[in-house]
Amino acid sequence: MAKHAKVMPAKRNLELIMLLFGFGMFAFALAQTQLATILILRPDGWFYWSIPVAVTLVFHFLLRFRAPDADPLLLPIGFLLNALGIVMIYRLDLVKPNTEDHTVAQRQVIWMLVAVLIAALVLFLVRTHLSLRKYIYISMAVGVVLLVLPLLPVIGKTVSGAHLWVYLGPLSFQPGELAKIALCIFFAGYLTQRREALSVVGRKVLGIRIPPAREVGPIVFIWLASLAVLVLQRDLGTSLLYFGLFLVLIYVATARFFYVLVGLVMFVAGALVASRLMSYVGGRLDAWLDPLNQNVYDAQGGSYQLVQSMFGLAHGGLFGTGLGGGLPNIVPLSESDFIISAIGEELGLVGLFAILGLYLVLVFRALRIANMHADDFSKLLAIGLGFVVALQLFIVIGGVLRVVPLTGLTTPLLTAGGSSLVANWIIIALLLRLSDTLPKAGRVAE
Amino acid sequence: MTPEIKRIANLIILMFLSLFVAASTMQVFSADDLNNDSRNQRAVYDGYKTQRGSILVNNQPIAESIKTNDPYQYIRKYYSEKYSSLTGYYSLYQGRNGLENFLDSSLRGDNSAQFFEQLNALFSGNPVTGASVELTIDEKIQQIAWDALGNKKGAVIVMEPSTGKILALVSKPGFDANLLSTHDISAAGTNYQKLITDKGAPLINRVVDGLYAPGSVFKLVVAAAAFESGKYTPESLLPNQRKYTLPGTSTVITNSGESSCGGASTVSIATALKLSCNIPFAQLGVALGQAAIAKQAEAFGFGASFNIPLKSTPSVYPNGLDDAQTAMTAFGQFDVRVTPLQMMMVTSAIANGGIEMKPYLVDQIFTSNLTLLEQGKPSEIGRAISTSTAESLKSMMVKAVSSGVSSNAQIPGVKVAGKTGTAQNGEGQPYTLWFTGFAPADNPQVAVTVVIEDGGGMGQSGRGNTLAAPIAKKIMQAVLNK
Repeated sequence: MAKHAKVMPAKRNLELIMLLFGFGMFAFALAQTQLATILILRPDGWFYWSIPVAVTLVFHFLLRFRAPDADPLLLPIGFLLNALGIVMIYRLDLVKPNTEDHTVAQRQVIWMLVAVLIAALVLFLVRTHLSLRKYIYISMAVGVVLLVLPLLPVIGKTVSGAHLWVYLGPLSFQPGELAKIALCIFFAGYLTQRREALSVVGRKVLGIRIPPAREVGPIVFIWLASLAVLVLQRDLGTSLLYFGLFLVLIYVATARFFYVLVGLVMFVAGALVASRLMSYVGGRLDAWLDPLNQNVYDAQGGSYQLVQSMFGLAHGGLFGTGLGGGLPNIVPLSESDFIISAIGEELGLVGLFAILGLYLVLVFRALRIANMHADDFSKLLAIGLGFVVALQLFIVIGGVLRVVPLTGLTTPLLTAGGSSLVANWIIIALLLRLSDTLPKAGRVAE
Repeated sequence: MTPEIKRIANLIILMFLSLFVAASTMQVFSADDLNNDSRNQRAVYDGYKTQRGSILVNNQPIAESIKTNDPYQYIRKYYSEKYSSLTGYYSLYQGRNGLENFLDSSLRGDNSAQFFEQLNALFSGNPVTGASVELTIDEKIQQIAWDALGNKKGAVIVMEPSTGKILALVSKPGFDANLLSTHDISAAGTNYQKLITDKGAPLINRVVDGLYAPGSVFKLVVAAAAFESGKYTPESLLPNQRKYTLPGTSTVITNSGESSCGGASTVSIATALKLSCNIPFAQLGVALGQAAIAKQAEAFGFGASFNIPLKSTPSVYPNGLDDAQTAMTAFGQFDVRVTPLQMMMVTSAIANGGIEMKPYLVDQIFTSNLTLLEQGKPSEIGRAISTSTAESLKSMMVKAVSSGVSSNAQIPGVKVAGKTGTAQNGEGQPYTLWFTGFAPADNPQVAVTVVIEDGGGMGQSGRGNTLAAPIAKKIMQAVLNK
């Protein structure tokens, strides 16, 4: 769909107003962090504020020209979450005894700069998301290659037992984060093509329509790939993320609950076998079920970390200790997997609800975009992008809050780390593009 | 696809809802448990941010937080060793103990009763000041009990039997809690090592955690079991030999000092208790059986903890006994182990017509601006023995003091009820000396339990009546003369 001839800036103006609020809150939070931890206002706070604000404004002005009708909530939410992550990481930096370690937040700021610029580039290059349909199988190949990269010798690296990282000289990244976008595109495109075959054709067995074997092939392939991630990369979270994404998309595409059922049975069976074969899965289960048990607490790879995070959350209570008032630095990995418990400790249950609320709005904007698009590919792509964020959030925060066993995944936009930021900003860029190309009322796209 | 998208939306709402519920559970509903977990370092750091409340006796602090110039802002000060068994300690190095531990949430201002003050602190930025606790302890009685015990190892507890209000609680030796509350962590560490390895075990609160062989004071429990069974009265006659061979063994026991216990071939339960004869009671024990004695002991509170709010170690009446062992438990030997607090509960149930009152140490908890948060009130635990059993035991105890072996507790013009005990601790070991009783017998205002370890320094020649009873007498006199 072509760009609109006449620009109606109303949405962009709304976006700008919300951004200005966000910039103010960001400045206030940084100042509060400095006052509470080092007791003075230091000018280096400007570094942490100005770069994110500047790059967000650049993106905003690009939207005015390239996607004026895009959803006005997505950019402010993305900014606010990312900024809050920077505040928390900065706060954790400030209390580290060794000043040489005070660079995580700086790197996060630079990564935000890079990520938002890449997102801007994506928005600039992808005039309409429908062009992505040309790259379905390339996306699949890219996704698979990204997933396999960490297993390769030399560049692959093991961190806390999971093979998720790739090192290229001084640069490191988690290719799995980017793979989720490639897989979203692939699933959406593939399912659009095969929708009919998967939902209609087939013979009945015991009253249930079984799709023909050649159509089921890809499902089995995805299942095996997910299990391979689980077994080879020792990463339950990522494996669950991809498989869950696939199940939801195939359900939406075919309206057949049969797939979800079979998929879940297959996944659970696979995971059970894996847990028998790999001790770390069993350890995670113990830590989930009975973290306060002294033996589990003391065990290698036991619940120590989880329990420390629980103490932090309890310490925060309803209203939190205030930024800089708590002791989130006691929790290992407080700036990555456990950043949500640092936030819960210092901003309280109220702050945690607010953050979850922001994510919920983000995800529901994606569903709304999906609902308003008329064509299958757009719908599936928007749902995929929205759901992958929701599911990732559920897996990682649910792990910290003991809803599900703890698995290592990044918290979208909050966690320290470049690949995660880049991936999630690309998701935001694609959702912005999807929302800008919504069919006008009474008209159907394509 | 629209209905499917709606279902996915519902699924996402469910996922988020579960996160909301889980976060609320962790941060609000189970937060108290997590905050009080001993592995949680946050509580220790946090505790120093607020001014901790004082522990008071007669409106004078026995433990309070004083402003300092170091990063911790406040240091805990203790004013007298005679209260160390009550306060325990509050230490950066060693955590907390005693009332500092059991009253921690009030003292640090974290009690849910202070919710509005916490809310106010949140918005004003001023930290909550901890609540202060006034104890039921009477400074004068505590001092007399402390002095009366002298340099003997042991414990004294003084209580109002009709209310459960604890007037004095002494465990000796005491310790200087300032040695542990110092912010000099290495000094605190050294001091702690000294205290924990000290042979006098000053860190043990003997009143609630000292488990002693009760000796003859346990005869009160056995007699209670006999009367409660309905088969015995104080006048019931028991066989009275000079020597008794424990059933199924060749072990021969005698009465204390090989006394004849009145000299006749039978003796009433009342006389046997008055003269504290082992042989009749051993045979009463066998006749009752261990189950009946155990049941009575449990009715008095054996096997359970009291929260006063110091948490006591449960007293033990053993199980799986043969007849010989049951016979020995009937005069408080073998594996019967009793805390002074538990003996106090037996005594005060007798004094109080059979009803046990919950023992308590906290009179009032109030905030820094003197708002009352909690008022200690008498409450019943329940009935341990019938009124008539209580009356029978009371008159037997009166005779034990007026004309029996507990004579050193006599107070001119006052009817005192009491029972002494001199428990053996094995071959060549010094005895454990007991007195437990109350006065005036007809209108009990005070109950006292005294235990002295190591035979009071006299090995096997110390007796409950010679060493423990005079201490109790002094304390009862002091309370009655107030």
